[in-house]
Amino acid sequence: MDKANLTASADTTSKNITFTLSGALLGARRTIPIAISVFAIGLVFGVLARQAKLSILESFLMSGLVFAGASQFVALSLWIAVPLPVITIILTTLVVNLRHLLMGASLRPWFSQLPLSKAYASVFFMVDESWALSMSDFAAGGRDMAFLLGSGITLFVAWVSSAVIGHALGSTIQDPAQWGLDFAFTAVFLALLAGMWKGKSDLLPWAVAAIVAVAAAHWLPGKWYILLGGLAGSVTGAMTNAQ
Amino acid sequence: MPNDTPALLTILGMAFVTYLTRAGGLWLMSFVTPSPRVEAWLRQIPGAVLVAIIAPTVLASSLAETLASLVTVLVAWRTKNVLVAMIVGVAAVWILRHLL
Repeated sequence: MDKANLTASADTTSKNITFTLSGALLGARRTIPIAISVFAIGLVFGVLARQAKLSILESFLMSGLVFAGASQFVALSLWIAVPLPVITIILTTLVVNLRHLLMGASLRPWFSQLPLSKAYASVFFMVDESWALSMSDFAAGGRDMAFLLGSGITLFVAWVSSAVIGHALGSTIQDPAQWGLDFAFTAVFLALLAGMWKGKSDLLPWAVAAIVAVAAAHWLPGKWYILLGGLAGSVTGAMTNAQ
Repeated sequence: MPNDTPALLTILGMAFVTYLTRAGGLWLMSFVTPSPRVEAWLRQIPGAVLVAIIAPTVLASSLAETLASLVTVLVAWRTKNVLVAMIVGVAAVWILRHLL
């Protein structure tokens, strides 16, 4: 019975997908609380970029073109070497951001009905937070793919502007962790997960994801734990729920 | 200005590989024939990736984070409101870090 329900819902999910301004505005509105935390973290990025001797233009370009916080902080930690380890920084960025592959794959059913140009433009603005909010909205029945773009652009504006302001203000900025703001993303993701919980069938895949992630975070560098935990949990869920 | 060339090249390289990771998942999936099993897998990704992102902070950082996570989930579950859960969670971790 579960299987019949799942296939029936899978048929309807990829139809009637829209891409409208009101969808983008809804995504933007839902993202504003998170954008405040992103802004606070972005200020710290600007401060650290200045300490690493990046110019204000370079900080602006990195936040605007890369737009992936974790990899940017890792890049700054490598930036102090002379001469600049160009290839090392680029390869490390690639590894830290490999988790985007899984996130992009999960969007495919939603984007399959829309022009490719919209899909490939939207994913430029896809970050953990905008993707998570969008998946949560789609799980709740939302069918406007512009939600992802609106959410992403909101975070983009917060991230790029805060990098420039942080660089300009320098060390007058305080560490957001002092106010517990570093926990804001964890809290948001927990709240989204609470809304995504569908029942006991989620227990095993989520437990596998958690155990693999904690082990990988302990033994491996960087962000491998997200990719490995996400893969292990989703494959477990696909196997246990398809039977 | 010529001294800045390696920095600019690095930033452009970072931007290029990061966009590849963002577009790559969508692109790779265009070679995969949709089937119930593939769709079941895609549906499982959001929950599993979110759990993986937070698991080290929630389970393996310190007692303050673990307790604040419990508070956050309770508030999210009772209020169904992400913003309220975020504010309570941040306040909880701030207080617990001072207490513990």
